[in-house]
Amino acid sequence: MHPAKSVIYFTIATGAGYGLFFWLALLAFHGLLPANKIFAFTALAISFGLIITGLLSSTLHLGHPKRAWRAFSQWRSSWLSREGVMAILTFIPMSLFAIAWVLMGKDTGVIRIIGLIGAVMALITVFTTSMIYASIKAIPAWHNIWTKLSYLVLSLMSGSILAMAIVAAFGYPQAYHLMHPTAVFIVLGLIVKILYWMHILTSKLVSTAESATGLGKFGEVSLAASPHSEDNYLLKEMGYQIARKHATKIRVIVAVLAFLVPLVLIFVCMHSLGGTGRTFGLIATALICMIGLVFERWLFFAEAKHAVMLFYGEQKV
Amino acid sequence: MTSLPKTAPKKKLGLVIDLDICVGCHACATICKEWNTGAKSAPLTDINPHGAGQDGVWFNRIHTFETQSNEGLSRTVHFPRSCLHCDDAPCVTVCPTGASYKREEDGIVLVNEDICIGCKLCSWACPYGAREYDETEGVMKKCTLCVDKIYNENLPQMSRAPACVSTCPTGARSFGDLKDPSSDVSKLVAAREGYALMPEQGTNPVNRYLLPRPKKDRTAVDQSPRQLTHEDTSTDGAALLARWVDKILS
Repeated sequence: MHPAKSVIYFTIATGAGYGLFFWLALLAFHGLLPANKIFAFTALAISFGLIITGLLSSTLHLGHPKRAWRAFSQWRSSWLSREGVMAILTFIPMSLFAIAWVLMGKDTGVIRIIGLIGAVMALITVFTTSMIYASIKAIPAWHNIWTKLSYLVLSLMSGSILAMAIVAAFGYPQAYHLMHPTAVFIVLGLIVKILYWMHILTSKLVSTAESATGLGKFGEVSLAASPHSEDNYLLKEMGYQIARKHATKIRVIVAVLAFLVPLVLIFVCMHSLGGTGRTFGLIATALICMIGLVFERWLFFAEAKHAVMLFYGEQKV
Repeated sequence: MTSLPKTAPKKKLGLVIDLDICVGCHACATICKEWNTGAKSAPLTDINPHGAGQDGVWFNRIHTFETQSNEGLSRTVHFPRSCLHCDDAPCVTVCPTGASYKREEDGIVLVNEDICIGCKLCSWACPYGAREYDETEGVMKKCTLCVDKIYNENLPQMSRAPACVSTCPTGARSFGDLKDPSSDVSKLVAAREGYALMPEQGTNPVNRYLLPRPKKDRTAVDQSPRQLTHEDTSTDGAALLARWVDKILS
Protein backbone atom coordinates (compact mmCIF):
# COMPACT_ATOMS: atom_id res chain seq x y z
CA MET A 1 0.00 0.00 0.00
CA HIS A 2 1.15 3.52 -0.78
CA PRO A 3 2.43 5.09 2.46
CA ALA A 4 0.90 8.58 2.29
CA LYS A 5 2.80 11.10 4.45
CA SER A 6 -0.44 12.71 5.60
CA VAL A 7 -1.77 9.41 6.90
CA ILE A 8 1.52 8.46 8.61
CA TYR A 9 1.48 11.81 10.41
CA PHE A 10 -2.24 11.48 11.21
CA THR A 11 -1.90 8.07 12.88
CA ILE A 12 1.30 8.84 14.81
CA ALA A 13 0.35 12.36 15.94
CA THR A 14 -3.20 11.58 17.05
CA GLY A 15 -1.94 8.40 18.77
CA ALA A 16 0.69 10.34 20.71
CA GLY A 17 -1.72 13.22 21.48
CA TYR A 18 -4.45 10.95 22.82
CA GLY A 19 -1.86 8.86 24.69
CA LEU A 20 -0.42 12.00 26.31
CA PHE A 21 -3.90 13.09 27.41
CA PHE A 22 -4.54 9.62 28.85
CA TRP A 23 -1.51 9.86 31.15
CA LEU A 24 -2.23 13.46 32.18
CA ALA A 25 -5.80 12.50 33.11
CA LEU A 26 -4.54 9.45 34.97
CA LEU A 27 -2.05 11.59 36.96
CA ALA A 28 -4.92 13.97 37.75
CA PHE A 29 -7.13 11.11 38.86
CA HIS A 30 -4.47 10.04 41.36
CA GLY A 31 -4.09 13.63 42.54
CA LEU A 32 -0.55 13.84 41.16
CA LEU A 33 -1.07 16.56 38.57
CA PRO A 34 0.76 19.79 39.48
CA ALA A 35 -1.69 22.72 39.65
CA ASN A 36 0.57 24.96 37.59
CA LYS A 37 -1.21 26.84 34.80
CA ILE A 38 1.88 27.19 32.59
CA PHE A 39 2.63 23.50 32.91
CA ALA A 40 -1.03 22.68 32.27
CA PHE A 41 -1.11 24.91 29.21
CA THR A 42 2.12 23.45 27.79
CA ALA A 43 1.12 19.82 28.30
CA LEU A 44 -2.38 20.24 26.92
CA ALA A 45 -1.22 22.45 24.03
CA ILE A 46 1.11 19.64 22.94
CA SER A 47 -1.65 17.03 23.31
CA PHE A 48 -4.34 19.10 21.53
CA GLY A 49 -1.80 20.31 18.97
CA LEU A 50 -0.81 16.76 18.00
CA ILE A 51 -4.45 15.64 17.80
CA ILE A 52 -5.73 18.65 15.83
CA THR A 53 -2.85 18.79 13.36
CA GLY A 54 -3.12 15.01 12.96
CA LEU A 55 -6.84 15.17 12.20
CA LEU A 56 -6.31 18.08 9.79
CA SER A 57 -3.50 16.16 8.12
CA SER A 58 -5.86 13.25 7.50
CA THR A 59 -8.09 15.56 5.46
CA LEU A 60 -5.17 16.64 3.27
CA HIS A 61 -5.32 13.58 1.03
CA LEU A 62 -9.04 14.00 0.40
CA GLY A 63 -10.25 14.88 -3.08
CA HIS A 64 -12.83 17.25 -1.55
CA PRO A 65 -11.66 18.42 1.91
CA LYS A 66 -14.56 20.91 2.10
CA ARG A 67 -17.00 18.01 2.14
CA ALA A 68 -15.18 16.33 5.06
CA TRP A 69 -18.10 17.10 7.41
CA ARG A 70 -20.14 14.52 5.53
CA ALA A 71 -17.86 11.83 6.97
CA PHE A 72 -19.66 12.07 10.34
CA SER A 73 -22.87 10.63 8.90
CA GLN A 74 -22.20 6.92 8.34
CA TRP A 75 -21.17 5.81 11.83
CA ARG A 76 -23.59 2.88 11.62
CA SER A 77 -21.42 1.05 9.10
CA SER A 78 -18.11 2.85 8.54
CA TRP A 79 -15.11 2.79 10.91
CA LEU A 80 -13.74 5.93 9.26
CA SER A 81 -16.98 7.71 10.11
CA ARG A 82 -16.90 6.30 13.66
CA GLU A 83 -13.36 7.62 14.03
CA GLY A 84 -14.50 11.10 13.00
CA VAL A 85 -17.46 11.04 15.38
CA MET A 86 -15.36 9.73 18.30
CA ALA A 87 -12.66 12.35 17.69
CA ILE A 88 -15.25 15.13 17.95
CA LEU A 89 -17.01 13.63 21.00
CA THR A 90 -13.68 13.12 22.80
CA PHE A 91 -12.98 16.84 22.49
CA ILE A 92 -15.91 17.48 24.90
CA PRO A 93 -14.47 15.92 28.10
CA MET A 94 -10.94 16.84 26.99
CA SER A 95 -11.90 20.51 26.61
CA LEU A 96 -13.83 20.60 29.90
CA PHE A 97 -10.80 19.12 31.65
CA ALA A 98 -8.49 21.60 29.90
CA ILE A 99 -10.66 24.61 30.81
CA ALA A 100 -10.79 23.56 34.46
CA TRP A 101 -7.08 22.81 34.71
CA VAL A 102 -5.59 25.61 32.59
CA LEU A 103 -7.99 28.48 33.28
CA MET A 104 -9.15 27.67 36.80
CA GLY A 105 -6.09 25.75 37.95
CA LYS A 106 -8.39 23.08 39.32
CA ASP A 107 -8.10 19.35 38.98
CA THR A 108 -10.20 18.10 41.86
CA GLY A 109 -13.48 16.25 42.31
CA VAL A 110 -15.67 16.05 39.25
CA ILE A 111 -12.88 17.36 37.01
CA ARG A 112 -10.89 14.21 37.70
CA ILE A 113 -13.85 12.08 36.67
CA ILE A 114 -14.29 14.14 33.48
CA GLY A 115 -10.58 13.69 32.79
CA LEU A 116 -10.88 9.96 33.24
CA ILE A 117 -13.89 9.84 30.88
CA GLY A 118 -11.80 11.79 28.37
CA ALA A 119 -8.93 9.32 28.80
CA VAL A 120 -11.17 6.33 28.11
CA MET A 121 -12.75 8.08 25.10
CA ALA A 122 -9.27 8.95 23.82
CA LEU A 123 -8.39 5.26 23.83
CA ILE A 124 -11.66 4.40 22.08
CA THR A 125 -10.79 6.99 19.41
CA VAL A 126 -7.36 5.37 18.91
CA PHE A 127 -9.15 2.03 18.63
CA THR A 128 -11.49 3.40 15.92
CA THR A 129 -8.41 4.66 14.05
CA SER A 130 -6.92 1.16 14.16
CA MET A 131 -10.22 -0.29 12.91
CA ILE A 132 -10.09 1.85 9.74
CA TYR A 133 -7.19 -0.42 8.77
CA ALA A 134 -8.03 -3.61 10.68
CA SER A 135 -11.51 -3.78 9.12
CA ILE A 136 -10.16 -4.11 5.58
CA LYS A 137 -10.29 -7.77 4.65
CA ALA A 138 -8.64 -7.22 1.27
CA ILE A 139 -5.40 -6.40 3.14
CA PRO A 140 -4.70 -9.45 5.35
CA ALA A 141 -1.60 -7.74 6.84
CA TRP A 142 -3.98 -5.25 8.47
CA HIS A 143 -7.02 -7.46 9.05
CA ASN A 144 -5.86 -8.96 12.36
CA ILE A 145 -5.87 -8.33 16.09
CA TRP A 146 -2.20 -7.24 16.18
CA THR A 147 -3.04 -4.13 14.14
CA LYS A 148 -5.55 -3.02 16.79
CA LEU A 149 -3.22 -3.88 19.69
CA SER A 150 -0.22 -2.11 18.18
CA TYR A 151 -2.18 1.11 17.58
CA LEU A 152 -3.41 1.10 21.20
CA VAL A 153 -0.12 0.13 22.83
CA LEU A 154 2.00 2.47 20.68
CA SER A 155 -0.39 5.36 21.45
CA LEU A 156 -0.02 4.77 25.20
CA MET A 157 3.74 4.27 24.82
CA SER A 158 4.45 7.44 22.83
CA GLY A 159 2.05 9.45 25.01
CA SER A 160 3.78 8.21 28.12
CA ILE A 161 7.27 9.16 26.91
CA LEU A 162 5.95 12.62 25.96
CA ALA A 163 4.28 13.02 29.35
CA MET A 164 7.53 12.09 31.11
CA ALA A 165 9.52 14.60 29.06
CA ILE A 166 7.05 17.45 29.73
CA VAL A 167 6.73 16.70 33.47
CA ALA A 168 10.52 16.45 33.79
CA ALA A 169 11.00 19.67 31.81
CA PHE A 170 9.10 21.48 34.56
CA GLY A 171 11.23 19.76 37.18
CA TYR A 172 8.39 17.84 38.77
CA PRO A 173 9.22 14.60 40.57
CA GLN A 174 6.02 13.04 39.15
CA ALA A 175 8.23 11.94 36.25
CA TYR A 176 9.25 9.08 38.53
CA HIS A 177 5.63 7.92 38.69
CA LEU A 178 5.59 7.68 34.90
CA MET A 179 8.97 5.93 34.59
CA HIS A 180 7.80 2.38 35.23
CA PRO A 181 4.54 2.54 33.23
CA THR A 182 6.55 3.98 30.33
CA ALA A 183 9.06 1.14 30.53
CA VAL A 184 6.23 -1.40 30.67
CA PHE A 185 4.57 0.07 27.57
CA ILE A 186 7.87 0.23 25.65
CA VAL A 187 8.40 -3.47 26.33
CA LEU A 188 4.74 -4.21 25.48
CA GLY A 189 5.08 -2.17 22.28
CA LEU A 190 8.11 -4.17 21.18
CA ILE A 191 6.38 -7.47 21.98
CA VAL A 192 3.20 -6.49 20.11
CA LYS A 193 5.19 -5.33 17.07
CA ILE A 194 7.26 -8.53 17.00
CA LEU A 195 4.06 -10.58 17.25
CA TYR A 196 2.54 -8.45 14.45
CA TRP A 197 5.53 -9.06 12.17
CA MET A 198 5.54 -12.78 13.01
CA HIS A 199 1.82 -12.90 12.24
CA ILE A 200 2.09 -11.29 8.81
CA LEU A 201 5.09 -13.46 7.90
CA THR A 202 3.62 -16.77 9.01
CA SER A 203 -0.18 -16.44 8.82
CA LYS A 204 -2.24 -18.58 6.50
CA LEU A 205 -2.70 -17.22 2.98
CA VAL A 206 -6.07 -15.64 2.40
CA SER A 207 -6.26 -15.24 -1.37
CA THR A 208 -4.09 -16.43 -4.26
CA ALA A 209 -3.79 -15.79 -7.98
CA GLU A 210 -5.68 -19.08 -8.37
CA SER A 211 -8.65 -17.98 -6.23
CA ALA A 212 -8.64 -14.48 -7.73
CA THR A 213 -9.00 -15.77 -11.29
CA GLY A 214 -10.69 -19.09 -10.51
CA LEU A 215 -8.21 -20.72 -12.91
CA GLY A 216 -6.48 -22.82 -10.25
CA LYS A 217 -8.17 -25.89 -11.71
CA PHE A 218 -5.77 -25.70 -14.66
CA GLY A 219 -2.66 -25.46 -12.49
CA GLU A 220 -0.40 -22.63 -11.45
CA VAL A 221 -1.62 -19.19 -12.57
CA SER A 222 0.75 -16.45 -13.68
CA LEU A 223 0.23 -13.08 -15.36
CA ALA A 224 1.17 -13.28 -19.04
CA ALA A 225 0.25 -9.74 -20.07
CA SER A 226 -0.74 -6.68 -18.07
CA PRO A 227 -3.89 -4.87 -19.24
CA HIS A 228 -1.97 -1.62 -19.62
CA SER A 229 1.57 -0.55 -20.35
CA GLU A 230 1.72 2.30 -17.80
CA ASP A 231 0.97 2.38 -14.07
CA ASN A 232 -2.65 3.10 -13.22
CA TYR A 233 -4.35 4.23 -10.00
CA LEU A 234 -4.46 0.68 -8.65
CA LEU A 235 -0.73 0.08 -9.14
CA LYS A 236 0.19 3.48 -7.71
CA GLU A 237 -2.07 3.18 -4.65
CA MET A 238 -1.94 -0.55 -3.96
CA GLY A 239 1.15 -1.80 -5.76
CA TYR A 240 3.79 -0.16 -3.57
CA GLN A 241 6.78 -2.51 -3.37
CA ILE A 242 9.84 -0.53 -2.32
CA ALA A 243 9.52 -1.50 1.35
CA ARG A 244 9.65 -5.25 0.94
CA LYS A 245 13.26 -5.26 -0.17
CA HIS A 246 14.36 -3.46 3.01
CA ALA A 247 11.68 -4.76 5.37
CA THR A 248 14.06 -6.64 7.67
CA LYS A 249 16.45 -3.69 7.98
CA ILE A 250 13.54 -1.34 8.69
CA ARG A 251 12.24 -3.69 11.39
CA VAL A 252 15.65 -3.53 13.10
CA ILE A 253 15.62 0.28 12.85
CA VAL A 254 12.13 0.34 14.40
CA ALA A 255 13.14 -2.02 17.22
CA VAL A 256 16.18 0.12 18.02
CA LEU A 257 14.76 3.65 17.62
CA ALA A 258 11.18 3.21 18.81
CA PHE A 259 11.79 0.75 21.63
CA LEU A 260 15.31 -0.24 22.72
CA VAL A 261 17.01 3.18 22.74
CA PRO A 262 14.07 4.92 24.51
CA LEU A 263 13.93 2.08 27.07
CA VAL A 264 17.59 2.60 28.01
CA LEU A 265 17.45 6.40 27.76
CA ILE A 266 14.52 6.90 30.14
CA PHE A 267 16.39 5.10 32.93
CA VAL A 268 19.68 6.84 32.12
CA CYS A 269 17.94 10.24 32.14
CA MET A 270 16.08 9.60 35.39
CA HIS A 271 18.95 8.03 37.31
CA SER A 272 22.13 9.63 35.98
CA LEU A 273 21.00 13.04 34.78
CA GLY A 274 19.38 15.94 36.58
CA GLY A 275 17.99 19.39 35.77
CA THR A 276 18.48 20.54 32.18
CA GLY A 277 20.37 17.37 31.24
CA ARG A 278 17.38 15.25 32.17
CA THR A 279 14.98 17.58 30.34
CA PHE A 280 16.96 17.53 27.13
CA GLY A 281 17.63 13.81 27.50
CA LEU A 282 13.92 13.00 27.77
CA ILE A 283 12.96 15.36 24.94
CA ALA A 284 15.58 13.64 22.79
CA THR A 285 14.16 10.26 23.87
CA ALA A 286 10.68 11.31 22.79
CA LEU A 287 12.00 12.53 19.42
CA ILE A 288 14.01 9.35 18.80
CA CYS A 289 10.94 7.28 19.64
CA MET A 290 8.80 9.35 17.22
CA ILE A 291 11.36 8.87 14.44
CA GLY A 292 11.26 5.14 15.16
CA LEU A 293 7.46 5.24 14.94
CA VAL A 294 7.67 6.98 11.56
CA PHE A 295 9.67 3.99 10.27
CA GLU A 296 7.19 1.63 11.98
CA ARG A 297 4.13 3.30 10.43
CA TRP A 298 5.77 3.68 7.03
CA LEU A 299 6.49 -0.05 6.95
CA PHE A 300 2.97 -0.86 8.23
CA PHE A 301 1.57 0.78 5.09
CA ALA A 302 4.31 0.01 2.60
CA GLU A 303 4.69 -3.72 3.20
CA ALA A 304 0.96 -4.52 3.34
CA LYS A 305 -0.14 -6.40 0.25
CA HIS A 306 -3.56 -5.76 -1.28
CA ALA A 307 -5.61 -8.56 -2.84
CA VAL A 308 -6.06 -6.64 -6.12
CA MET A 309 -2.35 -7.17 -6.87
CA LEU A 310 -3.20 -10.85 -7.49
CA PHE A 311 -4.50 -9.61 -10.86
CA TYR A 312 -1.16 -7.89 -11.50
CA GLY A 313 1.29 -10.74 -10.93
CA GLU A 314 1.29 -11.16 -7.15
CA GLN A 315 0.92 -14.86 -6.29
CA LYS A 316 -0.57 -14.68 -2.81
CA VAL A 317 -1.65 -12.26 -0.07
CA MET B 1 -26.89 5.48 3.86
CA THR B 2 -23.95 3.20 3.27
CA SER B 3 -25.44 0.27 5.10
CA LEU B 4 -26.31 -2.43 2.59
CA PRO B 5 -30.02 -2.72 1.67
CA LYS B 6 -31.93 -4.36 4.54
CA THR B 7 -34.09 -6.38 2.21
CA ALA B 8 -32.28 -8.31 -0.52
CA PRO B 9 -32.42 -6.48 -3.87
CA LYS B 10 -35.41 -7.48 -6.02
CA LYS B 11 -33.12 -8.14 -8.94
CA LYS B 12 -29.42 -8.90 -9.13
CA LEU B 13 -28.31 -7.43 -12.41
CA GLY B 14 -24.86 -8.56 -13.40
CA LEU B 15 -22.53 -9.97 -16.01
CA VAL B 16 -21.51 -13.48 -16.95
CA ILE B 17 -18.10 -13.60 -18.59
CA ASP B 18 -17.17 -16.64 -20.62
CA LEU B 19 -13.40 -17.13 -20.46
CA ASP B 20 -13.73 -19.88 -23.06
CA ILE B 21 -14.84 -17.40 -25.70
CA CYS B 22 -12.96 -14.21 -24.77
CA VAL B 23 -10.15 -13.51 -27.24
CA GLY B 24 -8.66 -10.60 -25.29
CA CYS B 25 -9.38 -7.95 -27.95
CA HIS B 26 -10.01 -5.18 -25.33
CA ALA B 27 -13.10 -4.01 -27.26
CA CYS B 28 -15.22 -4.14 -24.08
CA ALA B 29 -12.68 -1.99 -22.20
CA THR B 30 -12.52 0.49 -25.08
CA ILE B 31 -16.29 0.88 -25.45
CA CYS B 32 -16.61 1.08 -21.66
CA LYS B 33 -14.28 4.06 -21.64
CA GLU B 34 -16.12 5.56 -24.63
CA TRP B 35 -19.64 5.19 -23.21
CA ASN B 36 -18.80 6.25 -19.68
CA THR B 37 -16.77 9.30 -20.63
CA GLY B 38 -20.05 10.75 -21.87
CA ALA B 39 -22.44 9.18 -19.37
CA LYS B 40 -23.21 9.24 -15.62
CA SER B 41 -19.58 9.28 -14.48
CA ALA B 42 -18.37 11.67 -17.17
CA PRO B 43 -15.65 12.60 -17.72
CA LEU B 44 -13.39 9.59 -17.32
CA THR B 45 -10.35 11.77 -17.06
CA ASP B 46 -7.15 11.00 -18.94
CA ILE B 47 -3.83 12.34 -17.74
CA ASN B 48 -1.02 12.77 -20.32
CA PRO B 49 -3.06 10.91 -22.93
CA HIS B 50 -0.50 11.48 -25.67
CA GLY B 51 2.78 11.46 -23.77
CA ALA B 52 4.77 9.20 -21.51
CA GLY B 53 3.19 8.08 -18.24
CA GLN B 54 -0.42 8.01 -19.47
CA ASP B 55 -2.95 7.52 -16.72
CA GLY B 56 -6.68 7.72 -16.43
CA VAL B 57 -9.86 6.15 -15.12
CA TRP B 58 -11.01 2.82 -16.56
CA PHE B 59 -13.82 0.59 -15.31
CA ASN B 60 -12.90 -2.50 -17.27
CA ARG B 61 -9.50 -4.09 -17.81
CA ILE B 62 -8.42 -7.16 -19.73
CA HIS B 63 -5.67 -9.18 -18.09
CA THR B 64 -4.03 -12.19 -19.71
CA PHE B 65 -3.08 -15.14 -17.56
CA GLU B 66 -1.16 -18.30 -18.25
CA THR B 67 -1.81 -21.55 -16.45
CA GLN B 68 0.63 -24.40 -16.16
CA SER B 69 -0.49 -27.81 -14.91
CA ASN B 70 1.71 -30.40 -13.23
CA GLU B 71 1.60 -32.43 -16.45
CA GLY B 72 3.09 -29.50 -18.32
CA LEU B 73 -0.12 -28.49 -20.08
CA SER B 74 -0.45 -24.76 -20.46
CA ARG B 75 -3.25 -22.39 -21.35
CA THR B 76 -3.56 -18.73 -22.12
CA VAL B 77 -6.70 -17.15 -20.67
CA HIS B 78 -7.87 -13.62 -21.35
CA PHE B 79 -9.55 -12.27 -18.27
CA PRO B 80 -11.78 -9.16 -18.25
CA ARG B 81 -11.96 -7.57 -14.77
CA SER B 82 -14.63 -5.07 -13.70
CA CYS B 83 -16.97 -4.40 -10.77
CA LEU B 84 -18.78 -7.56 -9.63
CA HIS B 85 -21.65 -5.64 -7.92
CA CYS B 86 -21.21 -7.74 -4.78
CA ASP B 87 -24.14 -8.61 -2.50
CA ASP B 88 -21.97 -7.82 0.52
CA ALA B 89 -20.01 -5.01 -1.07
CA PRO B 90 -17.25 -3.92 1.36
CA CYS B 91 -16.75 -0.72 -0.67
CA VAL B 92 -20.26 0.37 0.36
CA THR B 93 -20.05 -0.20 4.10
CA VAL B 94 -16.65 1.51 4.57
CA CYS B 95 -17.82 4.75 2.91
CA PRO B 96 -17.94 7.47 5.61
CA THR B 97 -20.24 9.85 3.71
CA GLY B 98 -22.99 7.75 2.20
CA ALA B 99 -21.71 8.43 -1.32
CA SER B 100 -21.24 4.74 -2.00
CA TYR B 101 -24.46 2.72 -2.18
CA LYS B 102 -26.09 -0.43 -3.43
CA ARG B 103 -29.47 -0.05 -5.13
CA GLU B 104 -32.33 -1.97 -3.60
CA GLU B 105 -34.19 -2.33 -6.91
CA ASP B 106 -31.48 -4.04 -8.96
CA GLY B 107 -28.39 -4.46 -6.78
CA ILE B 108 -26.19 -2.10 -8.82
CA VAL B 109 -23.37 -0.52 -6.75
CA LEU B 110 -22.96 3.20 -7.51
CA VAL B 111 -21.15 6.33 -6.29
CA ASN B 112 -22.94 9.61 -5.66
CA GLU B 113 -20.18 11.91 -6.89
CA ASP B 114 -21.84 14.99 -5.39
CA ILE B 115 -21.13 13.88 -1.82
CA CYS B 116 -17.98 11.73 -2.32
CA ILE B 117 -15.05 13.27 -0.42
CA GLY B 118 -12.43 11.25 -2.31
CA CYS B 119 -10.95 9.47 0.74
CA LYS B 120 -10.20 6.36 -1.38
CA LEU B 121 -11.12 3.99 1.45
CA CYS B 122 -13.60 2.16 -0.82
CA SER B 123 -10.80 1.36 -3.25
CA TRP B 124 -8.82 -0.15 -0.36
CA ALA B 125 -11.83 -2.22 0.70
CA CYS B 126 -12.47 -3.70 -2.76
CA PRO B 127 -10.36 -6.83 -3.39
CA TYR B 128 -11.07 -6.67 -7.13
CA GLY B 129 -9.74 -3.19 -7.96
CA ALA B 130 -13.14 -2.12 -9.26
CA ARG B 131 -12.82 1.48 -8.07
CA GLU B 132 -10.51 4.11 -9.44
CA TYR B 133 -9.85 7.61 -8.16
CA ASP B 134 -10.32 10.47 -10.59
CA GLU B 135 -7.50 12.89 -9.74
CA THR B 136 -8.97 15.86 -11.56
CA GLU B 137 -12.51 15.43 -10.20
CA GLY B 138 -11.39 14.39 -6.70
CA VAL B 139 -13.96 11.59 -6.47
CA MET B 140 -14.12 7.82 -6.82
CA LYS B 141 -15.54 6.29 -9.97
CA LYS B 142 -16.63 2.79 -10.86
CA CYS B 143 -18.58 0.59 -13.26
CA THR B 144 -22.26 1.63 -13.25
CA LEU B 145 -23.34 -1.44 -15.22
CA CYS B 146 -24.26 1.29 -17.75
CA VAL B 147 -27.23 2.25 -15.59
CA ASP B 148 -27.84 5.12 -18.04
CA LYS B 149 -28.05 2.70 -20.97
CA ILE B 150 -29.82 -0.39 -19.69
CA TYR B 151 -32.95 1.59 -18.69
CA ASN B 152 -32.85 4.07 -21.58
CA GLU B 153 -36.24 3.96 -23.26
CA ASN B 154 -34.93 5.90 -26.24
CA LEU B 155 -32.85 2.90 -27.20
CA PRO B 156 -34.24 -0.18 -28.91
CA GLN B 157 -34.77 -3.08 -26.51
CA MET B 158 -31.77 -5.04 -27.80
CA SER B 159 -29.43 -2.11 -27.08
CA ARG B 160 -30.46 -1.87 -23.43
CA ALA B 161 -27.45 -3.81 -22.21
CA PRO B 162 -24.14 -2.59 -20.80
CA ALA B 163 -21.83 -1.23 -23.52
CA CYS B 164 -19.26 -3.99 -22.92
CA VAL B 165 -21.93 -6.64 -23.56
CA SER B 166 -23.34 -4.93 -26.66
CA THR B 167 -19.93 -4.56 -28.25
CA CYS B 168 -18.23 -7.88 -27.51
CA PRO B 169 -17.54 -9.29 -30.97
CA THR B 170 -17.38 -12.89 -29.76
CA GLY B 171 -20.36 -12.90 -27.39
CA ALA B 172 -18.20 -13.66 -24.37
CA ARG B 173 -20.20 -11.32 -22.14
CA SER B 174 -23.84 -11.78 -21.09
CA PHE B 175 -26.04 -9.48 -19.04
CA GLY B 176 -29.15 -10.24 -17.02
CA ASP B 177 -30.83 -10.89 -13.68
CA LEU B 178 -28.79 -13.45 -11.79
CA LYS B 179 -31.39 -13.67 -9.03
CA ASP B 180 -34.05 -15.05 -11.34
CA PRO B 181 -33.24 -18.75 -11.88
CA SER B 182 -35.20 -18.78 -15.16
CA SER B 183 -33.18 -15.97 -16.77
CA ASP B 184 -30.81 -16.80 -19.64
CA VAL B 185 -27.77 -15.79 -17.61
CA SER B 186 -28.80 -17.96 -14.64
CA LYS B 187 -29.31 -20.92 -16.97
CA LEU B 188 -25.90 -20.28 -18.53
CA VAL B 189 -24.28 -20.16 -15.09
CA ALA B 190 -26.05 -23.38 -14.08
CA ALA B 191 -25.05 -25.19 -17.27
CA ARG B 192 -21.40 -24.13 -17.17
CA GLU B 193 -20.88 -24.05 -13.40
CA GLY B 194 -20.25 -20.32 -13.30
CA TYR B 195 -18.11 -19.22 -10.35
CA ALA B 196 -17.42 -16.13 -8.25
CA LEU B 197 -13.96 -14.54 -7.86
CA MET B 198 -12.22 -14.75 -4.46
CA PRO B 199 -15.21 -16.24 -2.58
CA GLU B 200 -12.99 -16.37 0.54
CA GLN B 201 -13.18 -12.56 0.76
CA GLY B 202 -16.85 -12.88 1.77
CA THR B 203 -18.06 -10.25 -0.70
CA ASN B 204 -20.61 -12.50 -2.46
CA PRO B 205 -20.15 -11.14 -5.98
CA VAL B 206 -23.11 -11.12 -8.38
CA ASN B 207 -21.03 -11.44 -11.58
CA ARG B 208 -20.03 -14.92 -12.61
CA TYR B 209 -17.17 -16.27 -14.71
CA LEU B 210 -17.24 -19.39 -16.89
CA LEU B 211 -14.12 -21.53 -17.13
CA PRO B 212 -12.56 -22.37 -20.50
CA ARG B 213 -13.88 -25.70 -21.70
CA PRO B 214 -11.53 -28.67 -21.35
CA LYS B 215 -9.10 -29.09 -24.23
CA LYS B 216 -9.81 -31.95 -26.62
CA ASP B 217 -7.82 -35.01 -25.65
CA ARG B 218 -5.49 -35.56 -28.59
CA THR B 219 -3.17 -38.07 -26.97
CA ALA B 220 -4.98 -41.02 -28.64
CA VAL B 221 -4.59 -39.58 -32.16
CA ASP B 222 -1.30 -39.84 -34.02
CA GLN B 223 0.01 -36.32 -33.71
CA SER B 224 3.05 -36.60 -35.93
CA PRO B 225 2.93 -34.34 -38.99
CA ARG B 226 2.19 -35.75 -42.45
CA GLN B 227 5.36 -37.13 -44.03
CA LEU B 228 5.98 -36.44 -47.74
CA THR B 229 7.61 -39.32 -49.53
CA HIS B 230 10.40 -38.35 -51.87
CA GLU B 231 9.31 -40.64 -54.70
CA ASP B 232 5.90 -40.34 -56.26
CA THR B 233 4.32 -43.65 -57.12
CA SER B 234 1.19 -42.41 -58.80
CA THR B 235 -0.05 -39.43 -60.74
CA ASP B 236 -3.50 -39.51 -59.15
CA GLY B 237 -4.83 -36.06 -58.54
CA ALA B 238 -2.17 -34.34 -60.69
CA ALA B 239 -3.18 -31.82 -63.34
CA LEU B 240 -3.34 -32.65 -67.05
CA LEU B 241 -0.01 -31.02 -68.00
CA ALA B 242 1.77 -32.79 -65.15
CA ARG B 243 0.37 -36.15 -66.23
CA TRP B 244 1.59 -35.55 -69.83
CA VAL B 245 5.08 -34.61 -68.66
CA ASP B 246 5.08 -37.68 -66.43
CA LYS B 247 4.09 -39.91 -69.37
CA ILE B 248 6.80 -38.47 -71.65
CA LEU B 249 9.57 -38.74 -69.09
CA SER B 250 8.74 -42.19 -67.78
